Amino acid sequence: MSLEFLIASGIAVLTAGGVYLALRGRTFQVVLGLTLLSYAVNLFLFAIGRLVVDRPPLFAKGVTDYADPLPQALVLTAIVITFGMTALVVILSLRSFLESGSDQVDGIADAVPGPGQDRA
Amino acid sequence: MTLLDHLVIAPVVIPAIIAPLTLMVMRRRRHVGVALSLAGCVAMLVVALALFGIAQDDAIRAYPLGGWPAPFGIVLVLDRLSAGMLVLAAVLALVVMLHAVVTAVDRKGWHFHPLFQFQLLGLNGAFLTGDLFNLFVFFEVLLIASYGLMLHGQGAARLKAGVAYVVVNIVGSALFLIALGLLYGLTGTLNMADLGQRIAALGAADQGLIRLAGLLLLAVFALKAAVVPLHLWLPRTYAATAPVVAALFAIMTKVGVYAMIRVVPLIFGDAAGAAAWVPAPWLLPAAVLTAIIGFVGVLAARAMREQAAFAILGSTGTLLLAVSCWTQATTAAALFYLVHATLAGAALFLVADVTLRRRGQYGDAIVPSPRFAGQQATGLLFLAATIAAVGLPPLSGFVAKLFILQTSVTAEPWALIWATVLGTTLIGVVGFARSGSTLFWKAADDADPIAGADRSRAELIAPATLLALLALLTLGAGWATAQAEATAAQIYAPDRYAAAVLTEATR
Repeated sequence: MSLEFLIASGIAVLTAGGVYLALRGRTFQVVLGLTLLSYAVNLFLFAIGRLVVDRPPLFAKGVTDYADPLPQALVLTAIVITFGMTALVVILSLRSFLESGSDQVDGIADAVPGPGQDRA
Repeated sequence: MTLLDHLVIAPVVIPAIIAPLTLMVMRRRRHVGVALSLAGCVAMLVVALALFGIAQDDAIRAYPLGGWPAPFGIVLVLDRLSAGMLVLAAVLALVVMLHAVVTAVDRKGWHFHPLFQFQLLGLNGAFLTGDLFNLFVFFEVLLIASYGLMLHGQGAARLKAGVAYVVVNIVGSALFLIALGLLYGLTGTLNMADLGQRIAALGAADQGLIRLAGLLLLAVFALKAAVVPLHLWLPRTYAATAPVVAALFAIMTKVGVYAMIRVVPLIFGDAAGAAAWVPAPWLLPAAVLTAIIGFVGVLAARAMREQAAFAILGSTGTLLLAVSCWTQATTAAALFYLVHATLAGAALFLVADVTLRRRGQYGDAIVPSPRFAGQQATGLLFLAATIAAVGLPPLSGFVAKLFILQTSVTAEPWALIWATVLGTTLIGVVGFARSGSTLFWKAADDADPIAGADRSRAELIAPATLLALLALLTLGAGWATAQAEATAAQIYAPDRYAAAVLTEATR
C-alpha cells in the first residue's frame, strides 16, 4: 500500500465524517464536524508539496532534490486560523445555548429543554 | 523606491495601527478612541483618493512586500480596479462610522471601533493583494472582524444567526483552502500573475484538475457574494444584525464579486486551456435566479431590514448578470453598477435604522403604525433610497441598469438578461411601493403619535449623504462611465498586469 493511498484515504475519511457531522442539527456535532473538516484540509495542504521521504526541506547548494517548504508554511497559517475559528465557534455556540436554552442550530427549542440536561 | 511608492501599503497599515490604539484607549478615554477611529477613516479616504489619482496614469504598480521578488514573495498591486474599490470602501466606511457614532450604536459594546478598523484592514488588503493565499488571509481577517461586528449588541436572535453565519463561512474557508491547494499542487505558485502564465503551460493530464480548482475557487467567491443557491445565510444574518453594521456589510458581498472580476480574466482567461472562462456557463443562470429571488424577497419581506437584505441579494444578481458575459463592455457596466449598488444597499439599511428608532415598539416591521416624529423626513429618505435600489430615474441606479442593458445587447443571452433586469425591476418597484405606503402612509387606528421617539435630526445626515453621493454619481455619470471603461480595459489586458508584477520584481 503506497503512502499516497494512505494519506488520500485518510483525508477522504476525515472529510466524509466532517461533512456528515457539519450537517447535523446540534451545535456540538457541527463544531466537531468543522474540526474534522479542517484536519482534512490541513492534511491536504500538507500533501500538495508531494510526498517525499528523506529530503532536506530547504534549498541548499549542491542539493537537487528537496521537499517543498512552502506548503508547510501555508499549512501553518491555515492551522492558526482554523484554531482561532474553532475556539470562536465553540464560545458562540455555548453562548447561544445558554441564551436560548437549546443547542439546535436553527434555534428550535427541544421537547424536553433546559441547560445542563444531558441528552446523548 | 520613493515615499510615494510606499503609499500603496498605507490602506493596510493605517487600520492595523488604529485598531489596537482604539482598543487600548477605549475604556479610559472613550472620546479619544472615537476620534482616533474617525481620524483613521478620514486618513484612509485621503490615501484612497491619492492612490486613485496615482492610478489615473493607467500604469499598474506592484509593491513587493519585504522586497522579495514577485513570484516568491507577496505583492500588493495598485491598478484602477483596486484603487476604485479602495475609494468605495473608504467612503462607505466613513459614512457608516459617522452614523454609528451619531446614533451611539458604538457604545453598546467596547470593541466596535477596533473591530470596525480590522474589518477595513481586511477589505483594503483583499482589494490590494496580488497573491491568492494572501487574499485568503485577508478574507479571514475581514470575516473574523465581521463575526464580532455582526454580534455587536448581542441578543438571542443575533447569536443564533451568528452561529449559522460563522459555520457557513468556516466551511467556505475550508473550500477556499482546498482550491488553493489544488492550484499550488498543479502550478507551484500562488501569485495571480504567475498563475495565469503557468496554467497556460499545463499539460493535457492536468486539465480536469485545473477546471475543478477553478470551479471550487469560484464557488467560494459565490458563497461570499451570496449567489443562489449559496445565498441562504445572507437574509437571516443581515436582518438580525444592527442596521449600521449591515450597511457596512453591503460591501462584503461585493468583495466576492470583486474577487471574481479580478481572478477570472487574469487566471482563467483565454489562455487557460480547458479552464478558460470556466465559471461562465454556471454564473449566468445563478445570477438570474439570484436577481429573481432577491427582488421577490423584497416583495415578500415582513420587516425593513429583511427587505434591505433581499434588495442587496437582488443587486448582487443584477451585477452578476453583467459580469457573467465576460466581455470588456459588460464588465465596465458591472463596475458602475457595483459602486451604485453598494451605496444604495447601505442607504437602505441606514434609512431602516433611522425609521426603526423612531417607531418605538413597532420597530422595522412593515405594519401600519401611529404617526411618529420625523415621519416626512424619513419617508422622503426611504423614497429616495428605494428609487436608487430598484433603479428608477433620476438616481444612478437607472443609469447603471441602462448601461448594463446597452452593453449586454451584443452578448449571446441578451434576451434573458433584458427580461431579468426589467422584470425584477418591476417586482422591486411593487415591493417597495407596498412597504413604503404601509410604513409611511397608512396610520393605525389609535391615532396617538408614538411618544418618546423625539430623536435628533443629526441621525438623518448619514443616509442623506449616501443618497447625495448617488445623485452625484448620476450627475457625473459620464466621468464615472469613462473610469469604469478604462478599468475594464485594464482588467481585460492580463498580459499588462503580469508584465508589471513580474518585472517589478527584478528591479
